[in-house]
Amino acid sequence: MKVLIVGSGKTLYFLCRNFTAKGYTVVIINRSREECVQLARRLSATVVCGDGSDAVILKEAGAMGADVVLAITPNDQDNLVICQLAALKFGVPRAIALANDPENAEIFEKLGVSAFSTTHIVGSLIEQRASLEQIINLLPVGEGRVNVTEIILDADSPAAGKLMKDLVLPENALVAVVMRDQRPIVPRGGNQLLAGDRLVLITLPENHGAVLKAFTGDGK
Amino acid sequence: MKNSLYIVIVGCGRLGSHLANQLSRVGHSVVVIDKDETTFNELSPGFSGFRIEGDATQMGVLKEAKLMRADVVFATTHEDNVNLMAAQVARKIFNVPHVLARVFDPRREQVYDQLGIETICPTSVASEMFLLAVASGRAAQGDATT
Repeated sequence: MKVLIVGSGKTLYFLCRNFTAKGYTVVIINRSREECVQLARRLSATVVCGDGSDAVILKEAGAMGADVVLAITPNDQDNLVICQLAALKFGVPRAIALANDPENAEIFEKLGVSAFSTTHIVGSLIEQRASLEQIINLLPVGEGRVNVTEIILDADSPAAGKLMKDLVLPENALVAVVMRDQRPIVPRGGNQLLAGDRLVLITLPENHGAVLKAFTGDGK
Repeated sequence: MKNSLYIVIVGCGRLGSHLANQLSRVGHSVVVIDKDETTFNELSPGFSGFRIEGDATQMGVLKEAKLMRADVVFATTHEDNVNLMAAQVARKIFNVPHVLARVFDPRREQVYDQLGIETICPTSVASEMFLLAVASGRAAQGDATT
């Protein structure tokens, strides 16, 4: 797989190290000549010095044959344009942009560019890991756009004792499985939730906090 | 078209401030956005519109400028990518009917034509005018010698 990454800093460095270790062909585009020299010394990647939103530089970096373009510069406008050029001018099948402003993640998707927000991802991870002891497991799937979370219902959960159909959940959320006495149940409206149940929830990063609140209460 | 339009101008440099002054003078409601407050000094004393200090690549700033109500948006900052992003958001998210972006790099122009974003490239415009001037100058010379 050939990956083209436009960006700078430690995120770029460690991502590249990770990708080259997996055997991917990595090409980096970076604006700073000094950083390019450092990167070329420390990584087994091709380094191109220049503006990644310039079609000439993208071409020089071999955008034409890239499988993935990843735009992770600190400027959202650059990330958007890099991905649009990669997709439209060079036919790159997958172009992914970092949205530094979390609100731009949605905007980029509406403009036809795959996007992710580290603020969203890290923020929800911290909320989940640090504040909720009921959570056993968390698995982001679908490029981090969907969370699979396993929680235990304790006795003071607002959902304990309720029928599934009486639960008020935000849109785009699902109780996928209820584990009770080692037995998995795929719940329907008529199933009752009990304290001690282990639930597997499907949520989105946007509604994750609100969904968890429906099961764990406001306290935490 | 209404007599008075609601016009948002992104970037208050030489071009942006010039447009803002003229459009405000003929009676349009104008809002200018720039991330550098000192650029607002370029606005004439007669400018009756609003000034917003902020980064036009952030949704919050565009919402504050009430893009959903705008008839026209001009993106005139000195950064092509800011203009292209602001123009796309104006056109496709806020459904502004008339959007124009200044783009310095002629290579970027084509791609955004494809995306339905109208752009003006000063480099292309100027070079066309130069070429035209040369061509007509040659024609005039030709006329003189015949």
